Amino acid sequence: MALLSFIARRLLQLIPTLAFILVVIFVLVRLLPGDPASAILGDRARDADVVRINAELGLDQPLPVQFLVFVKNIATGDFGNSIHLKVSVASLIADRLPVTLMLTIMAALIALVLSVPLAFVAATRRGRLADNAIRGSFQVGLSMPVFYVGLILLTVFGAQLHWFPVGGFGNGFFDQLYHLFLPALTLALSLAAILMRNLRAAIIGVVDAEYVDFARAKGLRSRVIMTRHVLRNALISTINLFGLQVGTLLGGAVITETVFAIPGAGRLMIESIYGRDYPVVQGLTLALAVVVSLTFLLTDILQAWLDPRVAQ
Amino acid sequence: MSAVTDTAFEPALSVKDLTTVFETPGGPVTAVDAVSFDVMPGEVLGLVGESGSGKSVTLRSLMRLVHAPGKVAGTVLWQGRDLLSMRERELRRVRGGKIAIIFQEPTTALNPVLTVRVQIEENLRAHTSLDGRQRRARAIELLDLVGIPAAERRLGDFPHQFSGGMKQRVMIAIALASNPRLLLADEPTTALDVTIQDQILKLILDLRDEFSMSVVFVTHDLGVVAQTCDRMAVMYAGRIVESGSVTEVFSEPHHPYTRGLLGSVPRGGAERTLLTSIEGTPPSLAAIPAGCAFHPRCDFAVERCIERRPALEAIAPGRMVACFRQADVAAEAAAT
Amino acid sequence: MTAISPAAQPRRRRIRVARLPLTFVLGGLILGISLILAVFPSIFAPYDPIAMDYNAILAPPSLSHFFGTDSFGRDVFARVIHAYTVDMQIAIFATTGPLIVGVIVGALVGYAGGLTETLFGRVVDAVISFPFLVLVIAIVAVLGPGLTNMYIAVGVIDWVFYGRLVAGEVKVQKRLDYADAGRAMGYTPARIIFRHLLPNAITPAIVYWMTDMALAILLGSSLGYLGLGAQPPAAEWGVQIADGKNFMSTAWWISVFPGVAIVVTGLGFSLFGDGLAELLRTKR
Repeated sequence: MALLSFIARRLLQLIPTLAFILVVIFVLVRLLPGDPASAILGDRARDADVVRINAELGLDQPLPVQFLVFVKNIATGDFGNSIHLKVSVASLIADRLPVTLMLTIMAALIALVLSVPLAFVAATRRGRLADNAIRGSFQVGLSMPVFYVGLILLTVFGAQLHWFPVGGFGNGFFDQLYHLFLPALTLALSLAAILMRNLRAAIIGVVDAEYVDFARAKGLRSRVIMTRHVLRNALISTINLFGLQVGTLLGGAVITETVFAIPGAGRLMIESIYGRDYPVVQGLTLALAVVVSLTFLLTDILQAWLDPRVAQ
Repeated sequence: MSAVTDTAFEPALSVKDLTTVFETPGGPVTAVDAVSFDVMPGEVLGLVGESGSGKSVTLRSLMRLVHAPGKVAGTVLWQGRDLLSMRERELRRVRGGKIAIIFQEPTTALNPVLTVRVQIEENLRAHTSLDGRQRRARAIELLDLVGIPAAERRLGDFPHQFSGGMKQRVMIAIALASNPRLLLADEPTTALDVTIQDQILKLILDLRDEFSMSVVFVTHDLGVVAQTCDRMAVMYAGRIVESGSVTEVFSEPHHPYTRGLLGSVPRGGAERTLLTSIEGTPPSLAAIPAGCAFHPRCDFAVERCIERRPALEAIAPGRMVACFRQADVAAEAAAT
Repeated sequence: MTAISPAAQPRRRRIRVARLPLTFVLGGLILGISLILAVFPSIFAPYDPIAMDYNAILAPPSLSHFFGTDSFGRDVFARVIHAYTVDMQIAIFATTGPLIVGVIVGALVGYAGGLTETLFGRVVDAVISFPFLVLVIAIVAVLGPGLTNMYIAVGVIDWVFYGRLVAGEVKVQKRLDYADAGRAMGYTPARIIFRHLLPNAITPAIVYWMTDMALAILLGSSLGYLGLGAQPPAAEWGVQIADGKNFMSTAWWISVFPGVAIVVTGLGFSLFGDGLAELLRTKR
């Protein structure tokens, strides 16, 4: 079937992308100034210790060898150990990444729930008050930095009104959902604005299409026309955009986790960067890049499923 | 055919003073101007004109498919009820169920992301009480009917998997799914190769016979009209300028525009030519000349034609023309 | 003040410039005012942005301190005005380099097509697989905090987006007749690319540039907030918001006003970009 072979081809494309990601991370960590040995030992390290640490970390090998070792380690799930936390990076990622994923998935869902109906209202009342009000407020949403939105939501709904906790993660699934609601909303707003803008334009482009007239001429109910014929076609480009926004969403998650004190991969990333904890930075960057690549894959497949022409 | 003869003198569709105006920033543009015509049961009516003459907008206006900022006025009587003032719910029953439309470009008229099956079955679901299994059977039957080979296998295909002619057949199958009484066809063969054009035309005529439908055929191609239509109405600048039976209009045109059009068709042959033999270009609908809209291109134009617009008047039973000099035109046509 | 004046003024002007898109006029006005504030902050700011006044700590907005004062007694209004210098600089400096590099590379890639294009496509895929912010934060953290390092970090990545836009557009333009005409006349590829194709292909990149400047301000202030961008005591909106984050419940004005400045400026860029897109579209 066309869709299956498309998925197979798309999976193959993932290989060079992942390889490139590995190279970039390897080069980035090796070429940038700053020395892990002195990070571990502090500024007054003796030379002998530096040499010992470098040998331990394999940093005395030639670069190509280091790269092969690096790839081999990653392939076996060995991301090294955190310099400061003294645990394996793999276990840190396994611990923290799910929190971030939960946050971003919630944010994505909130963004969809906000943007799809509003885009519909705006597109079908094009140029009228509702359209202008929706577009205006989303334009503002787009210009708001994540940390600012977070701070305001946290103050108003957390500190002042006490509707939501002022940060942290909570215990148990529902408590965690409750804790993550404000951060997820924070993240969702600018994504919703971007999706709304795109979807509105897409709906406007589709509503006047001849196949929609043809559907009308069949005597279908307008609800059927709007969902089956208009929305389905309009969503195709929006899904593509959504995939491209996942990187931004994860970046926003880093800041949101910092603002809301959520123990996720983002906050760990910032802490590790401050602490020059290279193995952790490296492992997390890789993990986040893989998440983004996999999301691309998912949205591409979704797109191909919605639009059979893509798979051809 | 006895059912048809009973009602043969009652038009299936009766259009009166249909007027479609688009409000544009540059002022109102009248695309269809007080157009009236009847379609008899089982009859094929050709609406002929150059592009921009308002013939396609006329067709869309009948079904209330004109996009904003277009506004439609007048009456479109279908079985005694006015489609233009009908409520949305009632109109839904007529659309697709009683009156179907097919467009020029099947590539844009078929939804690219839905299978043919979905697009046929949604019509059946709206207008029939067939269950799922019956709908599928009917869909296969329809694809078969319009001449798509291996119909059952192709049911799950998407529009882009069909060739141009096959796509047009698919569109016809969708339009005919619920046995409409009237088919509105908007240049259904223009986008196709000549050999496929003939097949599609023949298909539409066969289906007309089989279901005793009426057909309104919009085209710029007089060859198509000669081949398929019983009666014809010639449109120019949003108005009907001449109408009558195809035989009569072809043998004795009374409007200089019709005459010009016919001059571009080789007599007796089925070969078709684009309507380009008349001097000048059709007017923009935003700037229609005063008086008779055709006067700047007309060899017969006199002062009167610039000052006043000739009304569409009956010159014989079933023959109408809108020209002050129609008698002279006919006389000269007979002389040559 | 920055939030109010741009909204109130265009009413009068709308009549004269009725042919320009409203978004273009509105955005242009906001950006014009922002640029004036950025170049001549001292004229408009009533106080020194880093002068501390321990007699007026955490003072609420009043006639002497329009936006109140922060925890060091610094005038928030003066700091917001002076921050225009830094944040507008971020908008321009962070994006102009990537624009130039991206346009040139994109034009060459789009013209060359084939393997070059495929390779470039892989680079784009890989770059967009990294969360942009995470990568910038990582680079800045290693190079050391500060604006210059931020420009470097952004520059390393951001050109790719311009490159992708221009490459796609040049590819379309290349297929049009006039490019063939150019080849037939024996023009060099460089001349065809930069004199004939690029002027027609650059529009999306210019429009994206506006969005990108708004994004740069968001990024710059985010880094400022995290302590990786402009360094205290410099007046920068993100730094100011971070200064006030612990006083949100008691002295909201420290963080809220700089945030408003970010939103208004960002709005200016995106409105201007939208208007520009509309203008260029109708011109074509």
